[in-house]
Amino acid sequence: MRTTLTVNGKDHSLDADPRTSLLDALRNHLNLTGTKKGCDHGQCGACTVMINGRRINSCLSLACMHDGDEITTIEGLGDEHNLSDMQQNFVKHDGFQCGYCTPGQICSATAMLEEFKAGWPSNVSGSLTASPELTDAEISERMSGNICRCAAYPNIVDAIRETAEEKS
Amino acid sequence: MKQFDYIRASANSDVTRTPDATIIAGGTNLLDLMKLEVMTPDKLVDISRLDLKQITPTRDGGLRIGALVTNSDLAADMTVREDYAALSSALLAGASGQLRNKATTGGNLLQRTRCYYFYDTDQPCNKREPGSGCGAMEGANRLHAILGVTDKCIASHPSDMAVAMQMLGAEIEIEGTDGASRTVPLSEFYLIPTDPAVETVLQSGELITAVTLPAPAEGNQTYRKVRDRASYAFAMASVAARIEVSEGKITQAAIACGGIGSMPWRDPAVEEALVGQEPSATLFSKAADILVADAAPKDGNAFKVPLARRTLIATLKELTGVQQ
Ligand SMILES: Cc1cc2nc3c(=O)[nH]c(=O)nc-3n(C[C@H](O)[C@H](O)[C@H](O)COP(=O)(O)OP(=O)(O)OC[C@H]3O[C@@H](n4cnc5c(N)ncnc54)[C@H](O)[C@@H]3O)c2cc1C
Ligand code: SF4
Ligand code: FES
Ligand code: FES
Repeated sequence: MRTTLTVNGKDHSLDADPRTSLLDALRNHLNLTGTKKGCDHGQCGACTVMINGRRINSCLSLACMHDGDEITTIEGLGDEHNLSDMQQNFVKHDGFQCGYCTPGQICSATAMLEEFKAGWPSNVSGSLTASPELTDAEISERMSGNICRCAAYPNIVDAIRETAEEKS
Repeated sequence: MKQFDYIRASANSDVTRTPDATIIAGGTNLLDLMKLEVMTPDKLVDISRLDLKQITPTRDGGLRIGALVTNSDLAADMTVREDYAALSSALLAGASGQLRNKATTGGNLLQRTRCYYFYDTDQPCNKREPGSGCGAMEGANRLHAILGVTDKCIASHPSDMAVAMQMLGAEIEIEGTDGASRTVPLSEFYLIPTDPAVETVLQSGELITAVTLPAPAEGNQTYRKVRDRASYAFAMASVAARIEVSEGKITQAAIACGGIGSMPWRDPAVEEALVGQEPSATLFSKAADILVADAAPKDGNAFKVPLARRTLIATLKELTGVQQ
Protein backbone atom coordinates (compact mmCIF):
# COMPACT_ATOMS: atom_id res chain seq x y z
CA MET A 1 0.00 0.00 0.00
CA ARG A 2 1.70 3.18 -1.17
CA THR A 3 1.53 5.96 1.39
CA THR A 4 3.13 9.39 1.57
CA LEU A 5 3.87 10.77 5.00
CA THR A 6 5.26 14.22 5.64
CA VAL A 7 7.45 13.62 8.66
CA ASN A 8 9.21 16.55 10.29
CA GLY A 9 8.73 18.57 7.12
CA LYS A 10 10.09 15.94 4.73
CA ASP A 11 8.00 13.80 2.40
CA HIS A 12 8.51 10.06 2.66
CA SER A 13 6.92 7.53 0.41
CA LEU A 14 6.58 3.99 1.67
CA ASP A 15 5.02 0.81 0.43
CA ALA A 16 3.93 -1.17 3.44
CA ASP A 17 1.33 -3.79 4.34
CA PRO A 18 -1.91 -1.99 5.36
CA ARG A 19 -1.50 -3.55 8.82
CA THR A 20 1.55 -1.38 9.51
CA SER A 21 0.91 0.95 12.42
CA LEU A 22 2.12 4.51 12.14
CA LEU A 23 4.54 3.68 14.95
CA ASP A 24 6.07 0.74 13.05
CA ALA A 25 6.21 2.80 9.85
CA LEU A 26 8.20 5.51 11.63
CA ARG A 27 10.54 3.12 13.40
CA ASN A 28 10.99 0.30 10.91
CA HIS A 29 10.39 1.89 7.52
CA LEU A 30 11.69 5.44 8.07
CA ASN A 31 14.28 4.55 10.69
CA LEU A 32 13.03 7.25 13.04
CA THR A 33 13.55 5.29 16.24
CA GLY A 34 13.08 8.19 18.65
CA THR A 35 9.40 7.30 18.94
CA LYS A 36 9.14 4.35 21.32
CA LYS A 37 6.94 1.27 21.55
CA GLY A 38 5.86 0.56 25.10
CA CYS A 39 2.53 -1.24 25.26
CA ASP A 40 1.46 -1.09 21.57
CA HIS A 41 -2.14 -0.72 22.86
CA GLY A 42 -2.70 2.95 23.59
CA GLN A 43 -2.04 2.61 27.29
CA CYS A 44 1.39 4.15 27.93
CA GLY A 45 1.98 7.13 25.61
CA ALA A 46 5.59 6.19 24.68
CA CYS A 47 4.58 6.31 21.00
CA THR A 48 3.10 9.84 21.13
CA VAL A 49 3.64 11.91 17.98
CA MET A 50 1.79 14.90 16.56
CA ILE A 51 -0.41 14.67 13.52
CA ASN A 52 -1.27 18.02 12.01
CA GLY A 53 -0.27 19.52 15.37
CA ARG A 54 -2.32 17.20 17.58
CA ARG A 55 -0.79 14.57 19.86
CA ILE A 56 -1.93 11.00 19.28
CA ASN A 57 -0.77 7.44 20.04
CA SER A 58 0.98 6.25 16.88
CA CYS A 59 0.57 2.60 17.92
CA LEU A 60 -3.22 2.79 17.55
CA SER A 61 -3.13 4.23 14.07
CA LEU A 62 -2.53 2.75 10.65
CA ALA A 63 0.16 4.40 8.55
CA CYS A 64 -2.03 4.17 5.44
CA MET A 65 -4.73 6.23 7.16
CA HIS A 66 -2.29 9.14 7.38
CA ASP A 67 -1.46 9.50 3.69
CA GLY A 68 -0.64 13.18 3.17
CA ASP A 69 -0.69 14.08 6.88
CA GLU A 70 1.99 16.18 8.59
CA ILE A 71 3.66 14.19 11.33
CA THR A 72 6.03 15.57 13.93
CA THR A 73 8.18 13.20 15.96
CA ILE A 74 10.73 13.85 18.69
CA GLU A 75 13.39 14.13 15.96
CA GLY A 76 11.44 17.05 14.49
CA LEU A 77 11.31 19.04 17.72
CA GLY A 78 15.05 19.49 17.96
CA ASP A 79 18.36 17.64 18.00
CA GLU A 80 21.27 17.47 20.41
CA HIS A 81 22.72 20.70 19.01
CA ASN A 82 19.46 22.56 18.94
CA LEU A 83 17.08 21.42 21.65
CA SER A 84 13.53 22.73 21.84
CA ASP A 85 12.61 24.56 25.05
CA MET A 86 10.73 21.53 26.28
CA GLN A 87 13.68 19.22 25.57
CA GLN A 88 16.03 21.68 27.27
CA ASN A 89 13.86 21.79 30.37
CA PHE A 90 13.59 18.00 30.57
CA VAL A 91 17.41 17.94 30.65
CA LYS A 92 17.60 20.78 33.15
CA HIS A 93 15.09 19.22 35.56
CA ASP A 94 16.18 15.62 35.06
CA GLY A 95 12.71 14.73 33.77
CA PHE A 96 13.65 11.09 33.23
CA GLN A 97 15.64 8.16 34.50
CA CYS A 98 15.89 5.41 31.90
CA GLY A 99 14.58 7.77 29.21
CA TYR A 100 12.30 5.30 27.48
CA CYS A 101 9.10 7.27 27.97
CA THR A 102 10.82 10.61 27.38
CA PRO A 103 10.28 11.19 23.63
CA GLY A 104 6.58 10.49 24.14
CA GLN A 105 6.48 12.72 27.22
CA ILE A 106 8.12 15.59 25.34
CA CYS A 107 5.92 15.32 22.23
CA SER A 108 2.86 15.02 24.43
CA ALA A 109 3.83 17.96 26.64
CA THR A 110 4.64 20.16 23.64
CA ALA A 111 1.22 19.56 22.10
CA MET A 112 -0.50 19.72 25.49
CA LEU A 113 0.67 23.31 25.98
CA GLU A 114 -0.99 24.22 22.67
CA GLU A 115 -4.25 22.62 23.84
CA PHE A 116 -3.95 24.60 27.05
CA LYS A 117 -3.30 27.81 25.11
CA ALA A 118 -6.41 27.16 23.04
CA GLY A 119 -8.37 27.23 26.31
CA TRP A 120 -9.32 23.56 26.46
CA PRO A 121 -10.59 22.61 29.91
CA SER A 122 -9.52 19.41 31.67
CA ASN A 123 -11.08 17.01 34.13
CA VAL A 124 -9.60 18.97 37.04
CA SER A 125 -10.47 22.48 35.83
CA GLY A 126 -12.78 24.16 38.32
CA SER A 127 -14.86 25.65 35.53
CA LEU A 128 -15.54 24.37 32.02
CA THR A 129 -15.84 27.87 30.60
CA ALA A 130 -13.23 30.04 32.38
CA SER A 131 -9.65 29.86 31.12
CA PRO A 132 -7.78 27.54 33.48
CA GLU A 133 -4.48 28.13 35.32
CA LEU A 134 -1.70 25.67 34.56
CA THR A 135 -1.39 24.28 38.10
CA ASP A 136 0.60 21.12 38.83
CA ALA A 137 -2.71 19.26 39.11
CA GLU A 138 -3.63 20.48 35.61
CA ILE A 139 -0.27 19.35 34.22
CA SER A 140 -0.60 15.90 35.80
CA GLU A 141 -4.15 15.43 34.55
CA ARG A 142 -3.34 16.60 31.02
CA MET A 143 -0.27 14.33 30.95
CA SER A 144 -1.99 11.23 32.38
CA GLY A 145 -1.74 9.48 29.01
CA ASN A 146 2.05 9.27 29.44
CA ILE A 147 3.15 6.66 31.92
CA CYS A 148 6.69 6.73 33.34
CA ARG A 149 7.85 3.37 34.68
CA CYS A 150 10.69 5.15 36.51
CA ALA A 151 8.19 7.56 38.10
CA ALA A 152 10.10 10.70 37.12
CA TYR A 153 6.76 12.51 37.40
CA PRO A 154 7.74 15.36 39.77
CA ASN A 155 10.62 16.40 37.51
CA ILE A 156 8.53 16.01 34.38
CA VAL A 157 5.98 18.39 35.89
CA ASP A 158 8.81 20.83 36.76
CA ALA A 159 10.11 20.75 33.18
CA ILE A 160 6.68 21.35 31.70
CA ARG A 161 5.84 24.12 34.18
CA GLU A 162 9.08 25.95 33.39
CA THR A 163 8.51 25.66 29.64
CA ALA A 164 4.99 27.04 30.02
CA GLU A 165 6.25 29.92 32.17
CA GLU A 166 8.95 30.81 29.64
CA LYS A 167 6.35 30.85 26.88
CA SER A 168 3.95 33.20 28.66
CA MET B 1 -3.05 -9.01 13.20
CA LYS B 2 -4.92 -10.81 10.40
CA GLN B 3 -4.58 -9.49 6.87
CA PHE B 4 -7.32 -7.24 5.53
CA ASP B 5 -8.19 -5.20 2.46
CA TYR B 6 -8.15 -1.48 3.00
CA ILE B 7 -10.56 0.93 1.33
CA ARG B 8 -10.62 4.66 1.94
CA ALA B 9 -14.14 6.05 1.71
CA SER B 10 -14.55 9.37 -0.05
CA ALA B 11 -18.35 9.42 0.15
CA ASN B 12 -20.87 7.97 2.62
CA SER B 13 -22.03 5.61 -0.12
CA ASP B 14 -18.58 4.00 -0.24
CA VAL B 15 -19.43 2.73 3.23
CA THR B 16 -23.09 1.89 2.85
CA ARG B 17 -22.42 0.05 -0.45
CA THR B 18 -19.81 -2.22 1.15
CA PRO B 19 -21.78 -3.89 3.96
CA ASP B 20 -19.12 -6.61 4.26
CA ALA B 21 -16.49 -4.07 5.37
CA THR B 22 -15.79 -3.02 8.96
CA ILE B 23 -15.72 0.70 9.56
CA ILE B 24 -12.60 2.26 11.03
CA ALA B 25 -12.80 5.84 12.35
CA GLY B 26 -10.19 6.83 14.97
CA GLY B 27 -9.12 3.21 15.25
CA THR B 28 -8.35 3.46 18.96
CA ASN B 29 -10.65 0.59 19.87
CA LEU B 30 -10.78 -1.42 16.67
CA LEU B 31 -7.00 -1.60 16.13
CA ASP B 32 -6.45 -2.57 19.76
CA LEU B 33 -8.86 -5.48 19.26
CA MET B 34 -7.46 -6.37 15.82
CA LYS B 35 -3.93 -6.63 17.21
CA LEU B 36 -5.22 -9.20 19.70
CA GLU B 37 -7.28 -10.88 16.96
CA VAL B 38 -10.42 -10.39 19.00
CA MET B 39 -11.77 -8.69 15.90
CA THR B 40 -10.62 -10.07 12.55
CA PRO B 41 -12.23 -8.09 9.73
CA ASP B 42 -11.37 -9.11 6.13
CA LYS B 43 -12.05 -5.61 4.89
CA LEU B 44 -11.68 -2.20 6.49
CA VAL B 45 -13.36 0.92 5.22
CA ASP B 46 -11.64 4.04 6.50
CA ILE B 47 -14.19 6.79 7.08
CA SER B 48 -11.75 9.31 8.56
CA ARG B 49 -11.83 11.57 5.48
CA LEU B 50 -15.61 11.82 5.25
CA ASP B 51 -17.23 15.17 5.79
CA LEU B 52 -18.74 14.32 9.19
CA LYS B 53 -16.67 16.63 11.38
CA GLN B 54 -19.02 19.55 12.00
CA ILE B 55 -20.88 20.62 15.12
CA THR B 56 -23.90 22.62 13.99
CA PRO B 57 -27.06 24.01 15.59
CA THR B 58 -30.31 22.23 14.70
CA ARG B 59 -33.52 23.99 13.73
CA ASP B 60 -35.16 23.24 17.07
CA GLY B 61 -32.33 24.78 19.08
CA GLY B 62 -30.36 21.59 19.64
CA LEU B 63 -26.96 20.50 18.41
CA ARG B 64 -25.92 18.12 15.64
CA ILE B 65 -22.57 16.48 16.24
CA GLY B 66 -20.96 14.85 13.19
CA ALA B 67 -19.90 11.23 13.75
CA LEU B 68 -16.24 12.11 13.13
CA VAL B 69 -16.03 15.01 15.58
CA THR B 70 -13.19 13.99 17.88
CA ASN B 71 -13.77 13.55 21.60
CA SER B 72 -11.38 16.44 22.29
CA ASP B 73 -13.05 18.84 19.83
CA LEU B 74 -16.45 17.97 21.27
CA ALA B 75 -15.29 18.48 24.86
CA ALA B 76 -13.73 21.85 23.97
CA ASP B 77 -16.67 23.14 21.94
CA MET B 78 -17.97 26.27 23.68
CA THR B 79 -21.66 25.45 23.12
CA VAL B 80 -21.15 22.03 24.65
CA ARG B 81 -19.22 23.48 27.60
CA GLU B 82 -21.94 26.05 28.25
CA ASP B 83 -25.16 24.19 27.45
CA TYR B 84 -24.32 20.49 27.76
CA ALA B 85 -21.76 20.59 30.56
CA ALA B 86 -22.26 16.95 31.58
CA LEU B 87 -21.17 15.90 28.09
CA SER B 88 -18.01 17.97 28.14
CA SER B 89 -17.18 16.67 31.64
CA ALA B 90 -17.84 13.06 30.67
CA LEU B 91 -15.54 13.33 27.66
CA LEU B 92 -12.79 14.93 29.74
CA ALA B 93 -13.10 12.14 32.30
CA GLY B 94 -12.43 9.51 29.64
CA ALA B 95 -9.21 8.06 28.23
CA SER B 96 -6.20 10.43 27.74
CA GLY B 97 -5.39 13.60 25.83
CA GLN B 98 -3.85 11.59 22.99
CA LEU B 99 -6.74 9.16 22.73
CA ARG B 100 -9.38 11.89 22.82
CA ASN B 101 -7.64 13.57 19.87
CA LYS B 102 -8.20 10.43 17.81
CA ALA B 103 -11.40 8.97 19.24
CA THR B 104 -14.56 9.94 17.36
CA THR B 105 -18.16 10.41 18.42
CA GLY B 106 -19.39 7.39 16.43
CA GLY B 107 -16.49 5.18 17.51
CA ASN B 108 -16.95 6.07 21.16
CA LEU B 109 -20.60 4.99 21.08
CA LEU B 110 -19.60 1.66 19.53
CA GLN B 111 -16.50 0.87 21.59
CA ARG B 112 -16.55 -2.69 22.88
CA THR B 113 -16.47 -3.86 26.48
CA ARG B 114 -13.22 -4.08 28.47
CA CYS B 115 -14.19 -7.54 29.86
CA TYR B 116 -10.89 -9.44 30.30
CA TYR B 117 -12.33 -12.65 28.81
CA PHE B 118 -13.57 -10.84 25.72
CA TYR B 119 -9.99 -9.60 25.20
CA ASP B 120 -8.35 -13.00 25.69
CA THR B 121 -8.93 -15.36 22.74
CA ASP B 122 -7.96 -18.36 24.89
CA GLN B 123 -10.99 -17.81 27.14
CA PRO B 124 -14.65 -18.60 26.59
CA CYS B 125 -16.75 -15.56 25.69
CA ASN B 126 -20.26 -15.53 24.24
CA LYS B 127 -19.73 -12.06 22.85
CA ARG B 128 -16.58 -12.89 20.91
CA GLU B 129 -17.52 -16.48 20.11
CA PRO B 130 -21.25 -17.10 20.48
CA GLY B 131 -22.02 -20.29 22.39
CA SER B 132 -18.55 -20.69 23.90
CA GLY B 133 -19.70 -19.69 27.40
CA CYS B 134 -18.90 -16.75 29.64
CA GLY B 135 -15.62 -16.72 31.51
CA ALA B 136 -16.63 -13.79 33.66
CA MET B 137 -19.77 -15.35 35.11
CA GLU B 138 -17.82 -17.41 37.67
CA GLY B 139 -14.47 -15.71 37.10
CA ALA B 140 -12.95 -12.28 37.60
CA ASN B 141 -15.88 -9.91 37.28
CA ARG B 142 -14.92 -6.77 39.14
CA LEU B 143 -15.40 -4.58 36.03
CA HIS B 144 -18.71 -6.09 35.14
CA ALA B 145 -22.29 -4.90 35.03
CA ILE B 146 -24.94 -5.34 37.71
CA LEU B 147 -27.85 -4.06 35.61
CA GLY B 148 -29.18 -5.20 32.24
CA VAL B 149 -27.25 -8.47 32.35
CA THR B 150 -28.30 -11.93 31.17
CA ASP B 151 -27.14 -15.46 31.94
CA LYS B 152 -25.07 -15.21 28.75
CA CYS B 153 -23.11 -12.01 29.38
CA ILE B 154 -22.44 -9.57 32.22
CA ALA B 155 -20.12 -7.19 30.35
CA SER B 156 -20.37 -3.51 31.20
CA HIS B 157 -20.44 -0.75 28.61
CA PRO B 158 -17.24 1.29 29.04
CA SER B 159 -18.15 4.67 27.53
CA ASP B 160 -18.32 7.88 29.55
CA MET B 161 -19.53 10.01 26.63
CA ALA B 162 -22.50 7.77 25.93
CA VAL B 163 -23.69 8.05 29.54
CA ALA B 164 -23.91 11.83 29.26
CA MET B 165 -25.61 11.53 25.86
CA GLN B 166 -28.12 9.05 27.32
CA MET B 167 -28.95 11.53 30.08
CA LEU B 168 -29.26 14.36 27.53
CA GLY B 169 -31.73 12.39 25.38
CA ALA B 170 -29.50 12.12 22.31
CA GLU B 171 -30.61 10.64 18.99
CA ILE B 172 -28.44 8.76 16.53
CA GLU B 173 -28.60 9.57 12.83
CA ILE B 174 -27.89 6.52 10.70
CA GLU B 175 -27.44 6.21 6.94
CA GLY B 176 -28.56 2.85 5.59
CA THR B 177 -27.46 0.67 2.69
CA ASP B 178 -30.19 2.23 0.53
CA GLY B 179 -28.72 5.67 1.21
CA ALA B 180 -31.74 6.71 3.30
CA SER B 181 -31.35 8.11 6.81
CA ARG B 182 -33.11 6.96 9.94
CA THR B 183 -33.00 8.30 13.47
CA VAL B 184 -32.86 6.12 16.56
CA PRO B 185 -33.08 7.48 20.11
CA LEU B 186 -29.96 6.49 22.04
CA SER B 187 -32.33 4.97 24.62
CA GLU B 188 -33.30 2.40 21.96
CA PHE B 189 -29.89 2.01 20.34
CA TYR B 190 -28.21 -0.50 22.67
CA LEU B 191 -29.53 -4.02 23.27
CA ILE B 192 -29.72 -6.22 26.37
CA PRO B 193 -27.24 -9.11 25.81
CA THR B 194 -29.69 -11.90 24.98
CA ASP B 195 -27.35 -12.42 22.03
CA PRO B 196 -24.17 -10.83 23.42
CA ALA B 197 -22.53 -10.53 19.98
CA VAL B 198 -25.29 -8.15 18.88
CA GLU B 199 -24.84 -4.96 20.88
CA THR B 200 -26.87 -2.34 19.04
CA VAL B 201 -29.63 -1.97 16.45
CA LEU B 202 -27.03 -0.95 13.85
CA GLN B 203 -27.05 -3.27 10.81
CA SER B 204 -24.03 -4.14 8.70
CA GLY B 205 -23.36 -1.46 6.11
CA GLU B 206 -25.05 1.20 8.21
CA LEU B 207 -23.07 4.33 8.97
CA ILE B 208 -23.62 6.59 11.96
CA THR B 209 -23.51 10.08 10.48
CA ALA B 210 -24.33 12.20 13.54
CA VAL B 211 -25.62 12.42 17.08
CA THR B 212 -28.22 15.08 17.76
CA LEU B 213 -28.93 16.63 21.12
CA PRO B 214 -32.24 18.30 21.96
CA ALA B 215 -32.31 22.00 22.86
CA PRO B 216 -30.53 22.69 26.15
CA ALA B 217 -32.75 22.06 29.16
CA GLU B 218 -33.11 23.92 32.46
CA GLY B 219 -31.38 22.98 35.68
CA ASN B 220 -27.91 22.04 36.85
CA GLN B 221 -26.04 19.20 35.24
CA THR B 222 -22.86 17.29 35.93
CA TYR B 223 -20.93 14.07 35.38
CA ARG B 224 -19.38 12.25 38.32
CA LYS B 225 -17.02 9.34 37.70
CA VAL B 226 -15.61 6.93 40.29
CA ARG B 227 -12.61 4.84 39.25
CA ASP B 228 -9.55 3.02 40.55
CA ARG B 229 -7.22 5.97 39.98
CA ALA B 230 -7.79 9.68 39.50
CA SER B 231 -7.17 9.74 35.74
CA TYR B 232 -6.93 7.48 32.69
CA ALA B 233 -9.10 4.66 34.01
CA PHE B 234 -12.54 3.34 33.13
CA ALA B 235 -15.51 4.02 35.40
CA MET B 236 -16.40 1.65 38.20
CA ALA B 237 -19.54 3.75 38.54
CA SER B 238 -20.54 7.07 37.06
CA VAL B 239 -23.58 9.31 37.00
CA ALA B 240 -24.64 11.95 34.49
CA ALA B 241 -27.50 13.97 35.89
CA ARG B 242 -29.53 17.10 35.31
CA ILE B 243 -31.87 18.37 38.02
CA GLU B 244 -34.12 21.39 37.97
CA VAL B 245 -35.46 22.66 41.28
CA SER B 246 -38.18 25.30 41.36
CA GLU B 247 -39.95 26.64 44.45
CA GLY B 248 -38.36 23.99 46.61
CA LYS B 249 -39.47 21.04 44.46
CA ILE B 250 -37.67 19.01 41.84
CA THR B 251 -39.40 19.82 38.57
CA GLN B 252 -37.17 17.91 36.15
CA ALA B 253 -34.75 15.03 36.56
CA ALA B 254 -32.65 13.23 33.95
CA ILE B 255 -30.19 10.58 35.14
CA ALA B 256 -27.98 8.02 33.44
CA CYS B 257 -25.31 5.78 34.93
CA GLY B 258 -22.10 4.27 33.62
CA GLY B 259 -19.89 1.40 34.73
CA ILE B 260 -22.80 -0.55 36.16
CA GLY B 261 -24.90 -1.49 33.15
CA SER B 262 -24.65 -3.54 29.98
CA MET B 263 -25.41 -0.21 28.31
CA PRO B 264 -25.40 3.44 29.39
CA TRP B 265 -28.11 2.96 32.00
CA ARG B 266 -31.19 5.15 32.26
CA ASP B 267 -34.08 4.09 34.47
CA PRO B 268 -37.18 6.33 34.20
CA ALA B 269 -38.43 5.03 37.60
CA VAL B 270 -35.50 6.75 39.32
CA GLU B 271 -36.38 10.05 37.69
CA GLU B 272 -40.11 9.65 38.44
CA ALA B 273 -39.33 9.09 42.11
CA LEU B 274 -37.61 12.48 42.26
CA VAL B 275 -39.94 14.72 40.26
CA GLY B 276 -42.44 16.67 42.33
CA GLN B 277 -40.55 16.01 45.57
CA GLU B 278 -38.57 18.25 47.85
CA PRO B 279 -34.84 17.45 47.55
CA SER B 280 -33.54 15.65 50.66
CA ALA B 281 -31.07 12.96 51.64
CA THR B 282 -33.98 10.62 52.37
CA LEU B 283 -35.46 11.17 48.91
CA PHE B 284 -32.11 10.58 47.23
CA SER B 285 -31.59 7.39 49.19
CA LYS B 286 -34.99 6.16 48.00
CA ALA B 287 -34.09 6.99 44.39
CA ALA B 288 -30.82 5.09 44.82
CA ASP B 289 -32.74 2.05 46.13
CA ILE B 290 -34.84 2.12 42.98
CA LEU B 291 -31.72 2.33 40.79
CA VAL B 292 -30.26 -0.89 42.22
CA ALA B 293 -33.56 -2.71 42.91
CA ASP B 294 -32.97 -5.16 40.05
CA ALA B 295 -29.19 -5.38 40.44
CA ALA B 296 -27.75 -8.84 39.83
CA PRO B 297 -24.26 -8.65 41.33
CA LYS B 298 -21.59 -11.37 41.28
CA ASP B 299 -18.84 -11.89 43.86
CA GLY B 300 -16.37 -9.56 42.18
CA ASN B 301 -18.68 -6.65 41.46
CA ALA B 302 -21.03 -6.73 44.47
CA PHE B 303 -19.28 -3.56 45.64
CA LYS B 304 -20.90 -1.74 42.73
CA VAL B 305 -24.32 -1.90 44.43
CA PRO B 306 -23.34 0.40 47.32
CA LEU B 307 -20.96 2.32 45.04
CA ALA B 308 -23.71 3.09 42.51
CA ARG B 309 -26.06 4.14 45.34
CA ARG B 310 -23.50 6.45 46.89
CA THR B 311 -22.42 7.93 43.57
CA LEU B 312 -26.00 8.74 42.66
CA ILE B 313 -26.73 10.24 46.10
CA ALA B 314 -23.55 12.35 46.05
CA THR B 315 -24.36 13.64 42.55
CA LEU B 316 -27.91 14.58 43.50
CA LYS B 317 -26.69 16.37 46.62
CA GLU B 318 -24.14 18.29 44.60
CA LEU B 319 -26.75 19.39 42.06
CA THR B 320 -29.38 20.43 44.61
CA GLY B 321 -27.15 21.75 47.39
CA VAL B 322 -28.58 19.30 49.93
CA GLN B 323 -26.08 18.98 52.79
CA GLN B 324 -24.75 15.91 54.68
C1 LIG C 1 -6.01 2.97 27.12
C2 LIG C 1 -7.41 3.39 26.80
C3 LIG C 1 -8.18 4.01 27.78
C4 LIG C 1 -9.48 4.40 27.50
N1 LIG C 1 -10.22 4.98 28.49
C5 LIG C 1 -11.51 5.33 28.24
C6 LIG C 1 -12.33 5.90 29.26
O1 LIG C 1 -11.89 6.13 30.39
N2 LIG C 1 -13.60 6.22 28.94
C7 LIG C 1 -14.13 6.01 27.69
O2 LIG C 1 -15.29 6.32 27.47
N3 LIG C 1 -13.39 5.45 26.73
C8 LIG C 1 -12.10 5.12 26.98
N4 LIG C 1 -11.35 4.54 25.98
C9 LIG C 1 -12.00 4.15 24.74
C10 LIG C 1 -12.05 5.23 23.68
O3 LIG C 1 -12.96 6.22 24.09
C11 LIG C 1 -12.50 4.56 22.39
O4 LIG C 1 -11.47 3.73 21.95
C12 LIG C 1 -12.86 5.55 21.30
O5 LIG C 1 -13.88 6.41 21.71
C13 LIG C 1 -13.27 4.83 20.03
O6 LIG C 1 -13.41 5.77 18.98
P1 LIG C 1 -12.67 5.54 17.57
O7 LIG C 1 -13.12 6.61 16.66
O8 LIG C 1 -11.22 5.41 17.77
O9 LIG C 1 -13.33 4.16 17.17
P2 LIG C 1 -12.80 2.98 16.22
O10 LIG C 1 -11.82 2.16 16.95
O11 LIG C 1 -12.42 3.51 14.89
O12 LIG C 1 -14.16 2.19 16.05
C14 LIG C 1 -14.83 1.56 17.14
C15 LIG C 1 -16.03 0.81 16.59
O13 LIG C 1 -17.00 1.70 16.07
C16 LIG C 1 -17.33 1.43 14.71
N5 LIG C 1 -17.56 2.74 14.11
C17 LIG C 1 -16.77 3.84 14.24
N6 LIG C 1 -17.35 4.91 13.66
C18 LIG C 1 -18.52 4.48 13.13
C19 LIG C 1 -19.57 5.14 12.40
N7 LIG C 1 -19.54 6.45 12.13
N8 LIG C 1 -20.63 4.39 12.01
C20 LIG C 1 -20.69 3.06 12.29
N9 LIG C 1 -19.73 2.41 12.98
C21 LIG C 1 -18.66 3.10 13.40
C22 LIG C 1 -16.15 0.65 14.20
O14 LIG C 1 -16.53 -0.23 13.16
C23 LIG C 1 -15.67 -0.11 15.43
O15 LIG C 1 -16.40 -1.30 15.58
C24 LIG C 1 -10.03 4.17 26.22
C25 LIG C 1 -9.25 3.58 25.23
C26 LIG C 1 -7.96 3.19 25.50
C27 LIG C 1 -7.14 2.55 24.42
S1 SF4 D 1 -19.16 -11.03 30.32
FE1 SF4 D 1 -19.75 -10.99 28.15
S2 SF4 D 1 -17.90 -10.21 27.20
FE2 SF4 D 1 -17.23 -11.00 29.21
S3 SF4 D 1 -16.73 -13.19 28.92
FE3 SF4 D 1 -18.87 -13.10 29.46
S4 SF4 D 1 -19.86 -13.11 27.44
FE4 SF4 D 1 -17.78 -12.45 27.07
S1 FES E 1 3.09 2.18 22.65
FE1 FES E 1 1.46 3.43 22.01
S2 FES E 1 0.53 3.96 23.88
FE2 FES E 1 1.99 2.48 24.51
S1 FES F 1 12.22 7.65 32.42
FE1 FES F 1 12.08 5.49 32.53
S2 FES F 1 10.02 5.19 31.90
FE2 FES F 1 10.08 7.31 32.19
